Amino acid sequence: MDLEKFLADFADIFDETDASEIKADTQFHYLDEWSSMSGMAVIAIVKSIYGKEITGEDIKKCDTVNDLFELVKNK
Amino acid sequence: MFIKAISYYLPSQTLTNEELIKQFPEWSVEKVVKKVGVNERHIAAADETAGDMAFKAAQKLFAEYNISPETIDFVLFCTQSPDYFLPSSACILQHKLGIPTSAGAFDYDLGCSGCVYGMAVAKGLITAGIAKNVLLLTAETYTKYLHPQDKGNRSIFGDGAAACLISTEGFAEIGGFVLGTNGSGYDNLILKTGAARQKNLTGIESTDENGNIRRDDYLYMNGGEIFNFTVDVVPNLLVNVLEKNNITKDRIDYYLFHQANKYMLSTIRKICNIPQEKFYINLEKTGNTVSSTILIGLRDCIDSKIITSGMNVLIAGFGVGLSYGGTVLKM
Repeated sequence: MDLEKFLADFADIFDETDASEIKADTQFHYLDEWSSMSGMAVIAIVKSIYGKEITGEDIKKCDTVNDLFELVKNK
Repeated sequence: MFIKAISYYLPSQTLTNEELIKQFPEWSVEKVVKKVGVNERHIAAADETAGDMAFKAAQKLFAEYNISPETIDFVLFCTQSPDYFLPSSACILQHKLGIPTSAGAFDYDLGCSGCVYGMAVAKGLITAGIAKNVLLLTAETYTKYLHPQDKGNRSIFGDGAAACLISTEGFAEIGGFVLGTNGSGYDNLILKTGAARQKNLTGIESTDENGNIRRDDYLYMNGGEIFNFTVDVVPNLLVNVLEKNNITKDRIDYYLFHQANKYMLSTIRKICNIPQEKFYINLEKTGNTVSSTILIGLRDCIDSKIITSGMNVLIAGFGVGLSYGGTVLKM
């Protein structure tokens, strides 16, 4: 799994947040646009692109986008 | 089988975001409303039922397209808010609309997938030679099922009705259908009390895993589960609808899905790799009107020339049941 690709996929769930704001160390819960619906979109994207299932609880435990990346990688 | 006419009716009273913010000053309403994509919703009057709204939508249809009610030989009415437990509201509408007594009529109980199912049933009736001119009506008053403090659902749902004439000729040929059901998720979008399983109100309130309050006596939606169901079934539904209609994805000119909420639609669009300019998202002035969103969208797109003659339009509905379906309309 490629981190750069994951960052781009993650950035794609947002409509207003620019992709340049999404880095490995971004604490995504603090993004203005982040909401519970973003969590659902992450679950959907991870499932459709990476074929892996993660839960809302999993996402809550992650702090940075890199944490998410590791989570998906190790699923 | 063709769609020959589409009209819709929205109640005059509206609930704007400004009014919602006044009621929920603690709420970051702008953020959520931006997500759901709704600026105002129409709200049925206290004494106005889904049946009343369906009546008005049908009358509009007859007037706008110069259709005589005498030509209608079947009435299908999709609602989860019938006037009575019995009889079928469709029977009352037959009489009120001046449709001949030789017409068949019945209600069916579906929500967000209801428009697609109605078209499928109408096509079946016409193909089998049972009817020639089917009046498909959809109407919902979900706002009457919402708890006043349920700000999430109050921001999403609006009331409305639509009427559609399905006939042996018209402007949109109705293609092959793919339908599906997953009843294991029945309690993810539910109003538990008042019907046979639990006739009396319980007053029970609990908090679900997302921190939303679940009330037996009001409409409850587990947004996360509905979101999961949708992103799970819609990509496959698209593939199957294309296959059923023997058409490739690049020949679909426009996608018009049930208008659930903006953010969910936008996520579906992304995971299905549909270009933005081919994908309809418009709930600003209506909210999610449940079974009427697709017909309202079709009429608006035809009026604004987003959908024009010669186009292939893929429609899909999904939600309460849980139930889903799709088809291709050749304009």
